[in-house]
Amino acid sequence: MKGWMGKFKSLFLLTSLAIILAGCGRENLTALVPKGYGAESSMNLIILSTIVMTFVLVIVIIVYVIALIRFRRKKGQENFIPKQVEGNKTLETVWTVIPIILVLILAVPTVAATFDLADDTNASEHINIDITGNQYWWHFDYANEEIQTSQDIYIPTGEKVYLNMLSSDVIHSFWVPSISGKMDVNPENVNTMYIEAYEEGVYWGKCAEFCGPSHSLMDFKVIAVSPEEYEQWVGDMQSVDPEAEPQDAVAQDGKAAFEENSCMGCHAIGSSPAAVGPNLTNFGDRSKIAGFLDPTKENLVDWLMDPEAIKPGNKMTGNYPDLSEEEANSIAEYLLQLQPSEITPESAGN
Amino acid sequence: MSHDHSLNPETMPAEPEKATLEGKNKFLGLWFFLGGETVLFASLFGTYLALKNSTADGPTSNELFGLGLVFLMTILLLTSSLTSVYAMYHMKNNDFKKMQLWLGITALLGVGFLACEIYEFAHYIQEYGFTFRSSAFGSAFYTLVGFHGGHVLFGLCWLMALMVRNAKRGLNLYNAPKFNTFSLYWHFIDVVWVFIFTVVYLMGKVV
Amino acid sequence: MSIAATQKRGFGSFLWDYLTTVDHKKIAHLYLFGGGFFFLLGGLEAMFIRIQLIKPENDFLSAGLYNEMITMHGTTMIFLAAMPLLLGLMNAVMPLQIGARDVAFPFLNSLGFWLFMFGGILLNCSWFLGGAPDAGWTSYAPLSIQSPGHGVDFYVLGLQISGAGTLIGGINFLVTVVTMRAPGMTYMRMPLFTWATFITSVLILFAFPALTVGLFLLMFDRMFGSAFFDVALGGNSIIWQHLFWIFGHPEVYILILPAFGLFSDIFSTFSRKRLFGYTAMVFATMLIAFLGFMVWAHHMFTVGLGPVANSIFAIATMAIAVPTGIKIFNWLATMWGGSIEINSAMLWSLGFIPTFTIGGMTGVMLGSSVADYQYHDTYFVVAHFHYVIVGGTVFGILAGLHYWWPKMFGRILNEMMGKISFWIFFIGFHLTFFVQHFLGLMGMPRRYWVFLEDQGLDMGNLVSTIGAFFMAVGVIVFLINIIYTAVKGEKPGDDPWGGRTLEWATASPPVYYNFKQLPLVRGLDPLWIEKTEGKGKMTPAEPVGDIHMPNSSILPFMMGLGFFIAGIGFIFQVDHSAWLIAVYAGMATAIGSMLIRSLKDDHGYHIHKEELEREAD
Repeated sequence: MKGWMGKFKSLFLLTSLAIILAGCGRENLTALVPKGYGAESSMNLIILSTIVMTFVLVIVIIVYVIALIRFRRKKGQENFIPKQVEGNKTLETVWTVIPIILVLILAVPTVAATFDLADDTNASEHINIDITGNQYWWHFDYANEEIQTSQDIYIPTGEKVYLNMLSSDVIHSFWVPSISGKMDVNPENVNTMYIEAYEEGVYWGKCAEFCGPSHSLMDFKVIAVSPEEYEQWVGDMQSVDPEAEPQDAVAQDGKAAFEENSCMGCHAIGSSPAAVGPNLTNFGDRSKIAGFLDPTKENLVDWLMDPEAIKPGNKMTGNYPDLSEEEANSIAEYLLQLQPSEITPESAGN
Repeated sequence: MSHDHSLNPETMPAEPEKATLEGKNKFLGLWFFLGGETVLFASLFGTYLALKNSTADGPTSNELFGLGLVFLMTILLLTSSLTSVYAMYHMKNNDFKKMQLWLGITALLGVGFLACEIYEFAHYIQEYGFTFRSSAFGSAFYTLVGFHGGHVLFGLCWLMALMVRNAKRGLNLYNAPKFNTFSLYWHFIDVVWVFIFTVVYLMGKVV
Repeated sequence: MSIAATQKRGFGSFLWDYLTTVDHKKIAHLYLFGGGFFFLLGGLEAMFIRIQLIKPENDFLSAGLYNEMITMHGTTMIFLAAMPLLLGLMNAVMPLQIGARDVAFPFLNSLGFWLFMFGGILLNCSWFLGGAPDAGWTSYAPLSIQSPGHGVDFYVLGLQISGAGTLIGGINFLVTVVTMRAPGMTYMRMPLFTWATFITSVLILFAFPALTVGLFLLMFDRMFGSAFFDVALGGNSIIWQHLFWIFGHPEVYILILPAFGLFSDIFSTFSRKRLFGYTAMVFATMLIAFLGFMVWAHHMFTVGLGPVANSIFAIATMAIAVPTGIKIFNWLATMWGGSIEINSAMLWSLGFIPTFTIGGMTGVMLGSSVADYQYHDTYFVVAHFHYVIVGGTVFGILAGLHYWWPKMFGRILNEMMGKISFWIFFIGFHLTFFVQHFLGLMGMPRRYWVFLEDQGLDMGNLVSTIGAFFMAVGVIVFLINIIYTAVKGEKPGDDPWGGRTLEWATASPPVYYNFKQLPLVRGLDPLWIEKTEGKGKMTPAEPVGDIHMPNSSILPFMMGLGFFIAGIGFIFQVDHSAWLIAVYAGMATAIGSMLIRSLKDDHGYHIHKEELEREAD
């Protein structure tokens, strides 16, 4: 018996080492450190199923290793004919019944959690956000509050927020691993899910349904702030004056260039439920440009000059006049000054 | 033992279509094939049921369908199934001429069915502007019914080829299984039509 | 038609022989060659994918090309590599295992191969004709509808043609097993690999038509403007997902059940012990196949089908663990108390058990719908299905190849190289895919062309890519082994392993009519029974007599070629009507060949008794 225990121990050590080396991933991105209701539900089941299945795996490995060691053909056994066994009723019953029990242990909490997460009976009493998935950006419409934004979605901590999701083109999937599992964003029907973040933070969100060349760049952020900060953010956003003239001359040029180059045909500043392109009301507050670039002026100028090089297959390329370096620079200055709220990703703690 | 002798015995056995291993294999193979066809049509029916109300402001099933013509088509196809049974009966009695006669009638009924179907489709297109591209319902309707019509057409070609090829040489153990498998296929097409009649036309008038 | 005439021949007649063959053993060679070729192609695509993901924000491949790679890797491996390789093994072995001289429909058998081959070539022509399909191997609508160019059209027509071939092959096997078993070979005496072939064929028969319909709808939408998946006209893209997975889930059992079957035979042979719980094994296989049709929506937990559907499909999915567990434990019990010989074939089988158990374990974990909200469409899923498909199917194919190579080709694969390739591939496999479970949970969705810096995903991806190179080396060693064996391999005789089933009662390689006299089967493991209780070889069930054989024919090849040409024309006629010429020419070739086949009598020929008696000496 000592032999296989030793082997098992070393196997166990090796596995744990591998896991430790790999780590649990980046905080606020990984599903392994749940920080929201849905992610916690999933995690509980992940842990339960891992335990149950590891139990089976360990038994299989033990029997397998013993069988290999004990019954391997040794020297001098070349002509040995083992007893031909047809089967064994008791044994076969045992390894039919035990898996059934194990499956039941897993099935009951699975069904309970499935119904729990699909429950949207009280949706109207909570914050509702209508989400539109687009190639390759996200539109967020707080219909009741009459706020529209994109890429960064603000929610209060400790509250259920209902997301009503529809796609404008192909199927996407809304996934914020640290807060909740994913749900598909279909073009034909509104899918509703709720999320709840336990603590403040900027949570990474990703598109999880293959949607074209820039599928991997369709990131977004869920910014969970305290309920008070959330209220303040809503107020700030509602009181934005889209016509307000920027302070400095460059930004003023930028605003003019923005208007001249038909940017406004797609990009709204201020409240506008329909959106061909991302709403830019709080562009200067956003954590990323185009969903994944650091919010620096250089990045924004690069993006404005040649979006195709940054996000292949995006719908902005070719739909506006070529910009001069100067125009791009001034538009970038203007956009980065669109900072209507004091509540920014920094408010959430990172 | 030469082939001619083995396939043209003095007295034909009671079930010439299953007297050889090849015959049995053909028979069984076609049954399996029809099993696959069942899934094919089940998938088409499923698609149709999912999309039958997706008319996108185009004509609905209730506006389109007239049961008179469809009833006639049903009669034609059901009768053709019966005539093919007669043909098989005569095959088992080794009466080649009568078998050919009944198969000919089967073919005529099949052609009649197809003619009605073509008229029906033309009617929808001309009178209602209801086409394959009109709506998801249009696509699903023409695909389901068209697949069935395509099967009828294929069956007719098959039957013609069989009848013409064997017209001069009579029945033997080599071609008997071929007639038999055709007949089996033809019954299947008929059964599918019964489902189309019910699910597409009758339910289309009710719902 | 005598053997002597074909002994000395040039390359031309060798080629002609294979183009026209209807002999199941030669068709097996063709399948192995075709499937092997596509396996290497798919492997190459896999290497490009892993190189692209070796570091964050890599620019080795462009986004578009990367999507073409993943699409073609998946499609090629499933439809053009794994399945044909398994069909090759089935063709090589199953008729021998039931004591048959041939399959029920030798002509259709050949047609099935050529349709698969031309379908596969058509699909891969896309690389040179404007770009490969790029909507993923699942080709979800509406992405597949919107995909520009002709890539997805190649996907549709290539799979349609090769799928028809597979369906034909499936029907052929079904009828063969029902009507062609040797005297005494009852159903419950059939070896597990034959059972697996039979049940897999049932799955092919009932699963592929759903794909056929799905592909038709996709083609109509793309080429003729229908509205199945067009939301603006009332279409619904979820229909594609249902049809695809009604086919797709049974498809994974089509891939794994034959492997289960051949592992059963291998464990039994190399443990020198009867398969433990034979009856339970047969019924577990049936149960897995049956449940395989009931669980398709577990690929769609996140689609929003509602909690009732999700719960039902979650429970049904977990239920599959029960028959699969029965199988695993029966294999262990077969080895228990046996006399286990470890060689290359057995190594691949032994490597299968822990690998597949991990894959099955993650399978149950994925079946838990709420947990799946996290796993779905991430690298966790990628890891899971590679554990079952590589750990089950590919290990199975390699085990089967090592096991039956002497039977198929008369030479035994080199043991040393066999073991080396196993260990390199095995280690590489776990390096590549184990870490991907964690990558998925750490927030890496699948089908990501690049992953961003500073997300904690760098290390795992690097390890995975290194593992992929090990796997590539393992495959290369195996290829060298094949070449070495073809040139210098040992000729081990007819029954090198102490076989238990009927294929080992034939010559290696078997004569073209398999059995001069059909054997009389007296029980499960008929050859083993004769070895232990009889005279050591099979008792004939009939006197030597004339043997009826089918004629070779070039028509199946011509039909495949015709559909191939028509397919190319059909894809491009949307751009220019001159391509319709290709459609007409191709269809004329195909339909003309069919007409020749139906109108011209082909009674086959007989090998006469005297000739057989002469050859025996």
